[in-house]
Amino acid sequence: MIGADLTTALPEIVLALFAMAMLMVGVYGGKDKLAEPILYATSALMVMLALYAGAQSLDAETAFNGTYLKDGFAQFAKMLILVSAAVVLVMGKSVMAETGLLKFEYPILIALSVVGMMLMVSAGDLIVLYMGLELQSLALYVVATMNRDSTRSTEAGLKYFILGALASGLLLYGASLTYGYAGTTVFAGILSTISEDGMSVGLLMGLAFMLAGLAFKVSAVPFHMWTPDVYEGAPTPVTAFFATAPKVAAMALIARLVHDAFGTVPGDWSQIVALLAAASMFVGAIAAIGQRDIKRLMAYSSISHMGFALVGLAAGTAQGVQGMLVYMAIYVTMNIGVFAFILTMRRDGKPVTDIAEMNQLSKSEPLRALALLVLMFSLAGVPPLVGFFGKFYVLWAAVNAGMTWLAIAGVIASVIGAFYYLRIVYYMYFGAESEPLDTVRAPVQGTLLVASAMIMVLGVINLFGIDAMAALAAEALVR
Amino acid sequence: MVGLEHYLTVAAALFVIGIFGIFLNRKNIIVILMSIELMLLSVNINLVAFSSFLNDLVGQVFTMFVLTVAAAEAAIGLAILVCFFRNRGTIDVEDVNVMKG
Repeated sequence: MIGADLTTALPEIVLALFAMAMLMVGVYGGKDKLAEPILYATSALMVMLALYAGAQSLDAETAFNGTYLKDGFAQFAKMLILVSAAVVLVMGKSVMAETGLLKFEYPILIALSVVGMMLMVSAGDLIVLYMGLELQSLALYVVATMNRDSTRSTEAGLKYFILGALASGLLLYGASLTYGYAGTTVFAGILSTISEDGMSVGLLMGLAFMLAGLAFKVSAVPFHMWTPDVYEGAPTPVTAFFATAPKVAAMALIARLVHDAFGTVPGDWSQIVALLAAASMFVGAIAAIGQRDIKRLMAYSSISHMGFALVGLAAGTAQGVQGMLVYMAIYVTMNIGVFAFILTMRRDGKPVTDIAEMNQLSKSEPLRALALLVLMFSLAGVPPLVGFFGKFYVLWAAVNAGMTWLAIAGVIASVIGAFYYLRIVYYMYFGAESEPLDTVRAPVQGTLLVASAMIMVLGVINLFGIDAMAALAAEALVR
Repeated sequence: MVGLEHYLTVAAALFVIGIFGIFLNRKNIIVILMSIELMLLSVNINLVAFSSFLNDLVGQVFTMFVLTVAAAEAAIGLAILVCFFRNRGTIDVEDVNVMKG
């Protein structure tokens, strides 16, 4: 019995044991001299685990008495999380080394937070959900503070910690109410209690508190206050990580919770999710207009994108979950490309983040400027780039679920949001004459930037089959 | 007779005090850490009360997990606070303002 359970949860166990072994190697071995090999080993292992998760059969399995679930949905989310974490680790390596932050703890902490994320998407029980979320968050608080001699980095870490702990508290209070009124912490048990006895007020309160806690983690409005400060203050490679894998995990966790535990009463949660979605889309789009710092701008951009992904969830259908997964995959690819560019922004050898620094970039570096132009258009959702299809999927799902108002709001918000993406393009091509940014030799970042832009163009043919895979994943979740 | 609702009321009161402690406190960050702890402990009261009411051990197991995580969280919070203090020389809430959010 226990052997079968352990086999089902093999990816998490392997990564957790690897992280602990590397901690020993780091402490008793060469300390920070080993940071680079540990980093590459971590990302190689993550890619292998992603392949392993992809090669598994799509049959749903449960382990540890239904507290751990392995199905198509979890596998899709895990592949996305593992690949993006591996890419971001390699992408940020040179910048971390330059700023003297490449300590051996860095890849280990990332690995541990990825273990937490994998547990989150596989959670079948409130305790597992909480433990996965905390493992992720505690590791992320520390990486946000990685640059411990910088006022900004420590302040970012402190704000992230306080608001993250508050969110965990809200989530936990909701979990305790849900446990009390359903009599069990297993999702399947909660689902059957609701279908037998109906939705009690206690369960509704529990659901609302849990959604509020999780909305903090995906930085949905009105729980988004921490995002711009943490994005700005944390070291840029860490910001790139924050903008990708944890967002996927938290979004998948919301989908898992509302469908697996509260799937029979979609009316009760889809209103809350729709409200979060509409507020996030608009606040993200409007507040970004005033930002001059590209990292803060990306923070508001991610708030707005999370709003769009939540639109898919608010639909409450398999089509909506499919749209959400496709949207997250596209969002992660675009963000990796944009952060690959931000990581190489230098003036006189110093990293800069002001968007006015990009003036006339097209003259000095036409290829990078063109790639960034494609990504900005794709982020704004301009057809026919891939970013448009992401928005199309979620908005179409909302229309089919009878939420036309939400889809219309989404279109309006996306038009407002287009302004600040296009302003960056304007700076690059028609900005005031000024000294161009340094020409940086950065093969890894350059390749990722161009590759990401190519995907945005070439993906229009068939989205690389992502939509079919997401459909299978969504069917596994919504029955 | 003290019943389930009394425990739930106490837990809810403590939880709300914890939330208000985070938002209304203008003094220093240690108070915020104490408020966070208060929130987590009020959840524990909830869980143990439900566990005893339902005759089900899962709630008490959950409590053990929450206690452990709360300890880890406090350790990390204090470590971040020490780093912040080294850079700024203060832990007043009003001085956490290098970036405007």
